[in-house]
Amino acid sequence: MSKDNFTILKSTAVPLPVENIDTDQIIPARFLKATTREGFGDNLFCDWRFDGNNNPIKEFALNNAAYSGKILVAGKNFGCGSSREHAAWAIYDYGFRVVVSSFFADIFKNNALNNAVLPVVVSDKFLQSLLSSIQQKPKTEVTVDLLNQQISFDGQAEQFEINAYKKECLINGYDDIDYLLSLNKEIREFDLAH
Amino acid sequence: MSEQKPKTIFEKIWDAHVVKRAEGYPDALFIDRHYIHEVTSPQAFDGLRKRGIKVFNVNRTTATADHNVPTKDQHLPIKEALSRHQVETLRKNCKEFGVELYDLGHPFQGIVHIIGPELGLTQPGMTMVCGDSHTSTHGAFGSVAFGIGTSEVEQVLATQCILQYKPKTMKIEINGKLGKGVVSKDIILYIISKISASGATGFFVEYTGDAIRSLSMEARMTICNMSIEMGARGGLIAPDETTFNYIKGRRFAPQGEAFDKAVAKWKQLPSDAGAAYDVVLKYDAADIEPMITYGTNPGMGMKVTDRIPTVEELKELSEQASFKKSLDYMGLEPGSPLMGKAVDYVFIGSCTNARIEDLRLVASIVKGKKKADNVEVWVIPGSKQVEEQALKEGLNKVFEDAGFELRSPGCSACLGMNEDKVPPGKYCISTSNRNFEGRQGPKSRTFLASPLSAAVAAITGKVTDVREFI
Repeated sequence: MSKDNFTILKSTAVPLPVENIDTDQIIPARFLKATTREGFGDNLFCDWRFDGNNNPIKEFALNNAAYSGKILVAGKNFGCGSSREHAAWAIYDYGFRVVVSSFFADIFKNNALNNAVLPVVVSDKFLQSLLSSIQQKPKTEVTVDLLNQQISFDGQAEQFEINAYKKECLINGYDDIDYLLSLNKEIREFDLAH
Repeated sequence: MSEQKPKTIFEKIWDAHVVKRAEGYPDALFIDRHYIHEVTSPQAFDGLRKRGIKVFNVNRTTATADHNVPTKDQHLPIKEALSRHQVETLRKNCKEFGVELYDLGHPFQGIVHIIGPELGLTQPGMTMVCGDSHTSTHGAFGSVAFGIGTSEVEQVLATQCILQYKPKTMKIEINGKLGKGVVSKDIILYIISKISASGATGFFVEYTGDAIRSLSMEARMTICNMSIEMGARGGLIAPDETTFNYIKGRRFAPQGEAFDKAVAKWKQLPSDAGAAYDVVLKYDAADIEPMITYGTNPGMGMKVTDRIPTVEELKELSEQASFKKSLDYMGLEPGSPLMGKAVDYVFIGSCTNARIEDLRLVASIVKGKKKADNVEVWVIPGSKQVEEQALKEGLNKVFEDAGFELRSPGCSACLGMNEDKVPPGKYCISTSNRNFEGRQGPKSRTFLASPLSAAVAAITGKVTDVREFI
């Protein structure tokens, strides 16, 4: 689904220094019963955000008024587990456009890229430095420059990798189906031959 | 020259399915079989409607209802409104687009990764996808099978292709003889405990070695199923006589002469001598013991007789906070053993361990015994066919006499989307694949283990070494 075009984002960020955050935490299975893509943001990190009585858990970063912004910064191996794209939808719907981590699970990475959410892979050292800066100064502005593939804050900067095709898709708001539909004739021939 | 290069089975299958490879683009990979279910398909069908396009080839698409179905009274309308709506939406979409659906009540209904193989739809050399991460299960037949998101489900419905970068390859070789009470679930829990929940991210794994060769198809499926739990894109095992014998005569398998021809082709699939892998890992089967997890990701596993690591024993300092959070959630102390720990629930089911062989294993331990008073035991067969077979063999009687509850097929308490949830704070020893926080219900606590280990825990009511029982 083509969404907004992405080039450069300047925003404050929300720190979530937990490793191996799986997609069951991002959006628990009981919320996967919807048949549309909208509205998942309300239940993003539901069981970390709310207690058993649906009251916000104060200590959790998303409930901390000091933190805000369109960038989520999380520990390594973000998005492991289930293939549910609902995790990417929930992150987008909540208002995040970038997730920064030192390592992403493969399926989540694809799902994010297919939904205008940019996964930015940084070194462990950069991640720790970014997390502690945000924790000390919640108003730290982070710049994610997709064109130049660079993330920076407070005079620190690091280049990040993204494949050229996905970069082009994000910048222009294209999606994979547009490209695959253009191969229709070749695919038909392949299907018949197999 | 490059044609002469020895290839791995993964490379052979992948390369044979590339419709288009263009500089700077991911490969357009043709998909032979697409499995769909009620949870990850509705938005994909909506996408087709918005674009005004049909399913590219309905004969390559198979649907079932599994994730969100009740495991009791399946003949009645689903009580929960949202679940009912989701299953009805699948029905409506399959009818509108002409996709074959094995709906509730159909003799072929069941967990998508159980029914594909048992119907003979899953075959060596194929590419297969499903909007479910445990699609890696089908790799047991020597196929390239992996989980995808809903946007990708839409791509495959629309074009029978998916855009993908070719992952790196990893060979995991296990040689030697498995010890008493050690089954395939222990092998895969052992591997994941060694390499962590992200140890194979970016890789497609091939499992080899004589310990793997000696396994049945059911046992191989358990191993490939959990490839995703170490982050792998998928995992496969080259086909052999065990594979061919399993497929022969199955409903959608090639029949007669066509079968023999297919076998001749499948025999070309195994990796060439000298084929190179990006990473090779080797383990000795004799080192593997019955395993159990203690934490909140499948990499946090140990020998059942071991103790949980202490904070100081962790390799990376940055892991400490997550480790403490995990044990705090589980209500366990670092450095403590798990043996003798009381459990409240036993779940025998899921795409990992709900095939007929798993139910037989459980019955072999349980026969003539009774469950402990402190546990509730759910046995959820993986499919209608597994259920039928269990009834035919009288396994239902064994479970009934033991006080186990045998229910109808579905994903059930593996992910707790339906009513089958482990209550907050309770411990469940489970044959499923994930011990994430809240996976089996909000605040539930999961110990992953083999069907044998789950069966003995059901009898004793606590974490037990199966070797004391057999």
